Amino acid sequence: MEIDSGNTAWLLISSALVMLMTPGVAFFYGGMVRRKNLLSTIMMSFVCLALVGLIWVIYGYSLAFGNDTAGIIGGLNYLGLPNVGLGASDTYATTVPHLAFIIFQAMFAIITVALFTGAVVERIKFSSLLVISVLWVTLVYCPVAHWVWGDGGWLYNLGALDFAGGTVVHINAGIAALALVLLLGRRKGFPQTPMEANNIPLVVLGASLLWFGWYGFNAGSSLAADGLAASAFVTTTVAAAASAFTWMIISWIQRRPSVLGTVTGAVGGLVAITPAAGFVTPMGAIAIGIGAGLICYFCLLLMKTKLHFDDSLDVFAVHGVGGIWGAIATGIFASSSVNGYSGLLEGNVQQFLIQILAVVVVAAFTFVMTMIIGKTVEKTMGLRVSSQEEIVGLDLSQHGERAYGGLLR
Amino acid sequence: MKMIEAIIREEKLDCVKKALEKDNYFGMTVTEVSGRGRQKGIPLQWRAGEYTVDLIPKIKIELVVLDEDVDKIVNTIASNARTGETGDGKIFVLPVSGVIRIRTGDKDENAV
Repeated sequence: MEIDSGNTAWLLISSALVMLMTPGVAFFYGGMVRRKNLLSTIMMSFVCLALVGLIWVIYGYSLAFGNDTAGIIGGLNYLGLPNVGLGASDTYATTVPHLAFIIFQAMFAIITVALFTGAVVERIKFSSLLVISVLWVTLVYCPVAHWVWGDGGWLYNLGALDFAGGTVVHINAGIAALALVLLLGRRKGFPQTPMEANNIPLVVLGASLLWFGWYGFNAGSSLAADGLAASAFVTTTVAAAASAFTWMIISWIQRRPSVLGTVTGAVGGLVAITPAAGFVTPMGAIAIGIGAGLICYFCLLLMKTKLHFDDSLDVFAVHGVGGIWGAIATGIFASSSVNGYSGLLEGNVQQFLIQILAVVVVAAFTFVMTMIIGKTVEKTMGLRVSSQEEIVGLDLSQHGERAYGGLLR
Repeated sequence: MKMIEAIIREEKLDCVKKALEKDNYFGMTVTEVSGRGRQKGIPLQWRAGEYTVDLIPKIKIELVVLDEDVDKIVNTIASNARTGETGDGKIFVLPVSGVIRIRTGDKDENAV
């Protein structure tokens, strides 16, 4: 098909927007840890731009979007992108250069890995995290991306809806976080010792970059500069707004309107609208946002303060649970007036059930695979830094640097 | 000469400073410190729920005064830093064996 310049421009800009989300995650997470781990936390996200970016171009794209094998995995026909030219793909995003689609997809793989690092900060060994990341992108992300988005992928063929990666990115990252925390255990001193966020303004900056970049993530997933992109842009905005507002009100009822809570609420809303962005109306998006605020808030409260489960930056509660809610909510609120797909509210029970099936299968697969990967790395190179290194902080012990200079600053 | 070390509430710094000025004590060293006492801790909010920080931010004022001024200055600081609630802080009085003003070389009482 012919290349459309408007679509190409929008997809390239969207790719850059999604790229900015990874530093956004870095700041979002970095602000929430203790000062001695600020750089290491930022690095865990930032390094994904380098590491996963390379993997994606060398073989990741091929495994996810190459010629299908049994609906499970892509082939090796795009290894190193040999025959990928400036023209459009016959299969994916047929009005933009194939390379634009590839680099857009690269940003999704990158941020998915960056997201789950939030669960393991302040104690994981950097080298082990890199090995886990390589294995995880290869053995978990690429297959799941193929199932959901790949031509011939079995969930795609089944009709599971995931507009911008609720399942591929958020459920995937959230479940990986859950598995890794089970293997890694709590941070030293948790929960007895208070662990105060070192810089909440940095968290707000990170959340703001995430929200900004999310327009590329969701509206860009229309793969065209069209009405559907505008629709996704609107649903993304209102879902984030509704969730942030809900979270603020709950925290106000409990005590005070927390800043850290409100920006977390915004991210929860963005997560939940991700799979639904191109299928629901603005009012449906508000419902999804309010649901995300409520569900993620109480899940986070339960996991952290009741169960003392040290998913340090609440990746499971925000991305896992928010993503699951979003995937199921897509099956509830999808409106045929938007993109031709109906959900439960329009009487389409089957779509609702397919959504649940996709959630369960992906969650189970990711959990088991992440456990195997984590266990393998634990047995061979160890997962945690030494007790002494943890006390000193990962900035010094892993990177030999510190976030802020000495006395004369 | 005595060193007066006062740990006070952050929000009381301004009025203590002004009151000391009225007593003709302009010089002082002010530090942001953390500590704990009978106030135990303060609750802060996490993303959901809250947690308690048991080291509370306070202000430490240090100044050296002449022996005859000690009671007056301690009284000035105490009366201006007091709210009546737990967490008002403490004042310590320490002996000072010598003072030197670096610029002029003035010593002891002349340098206070």
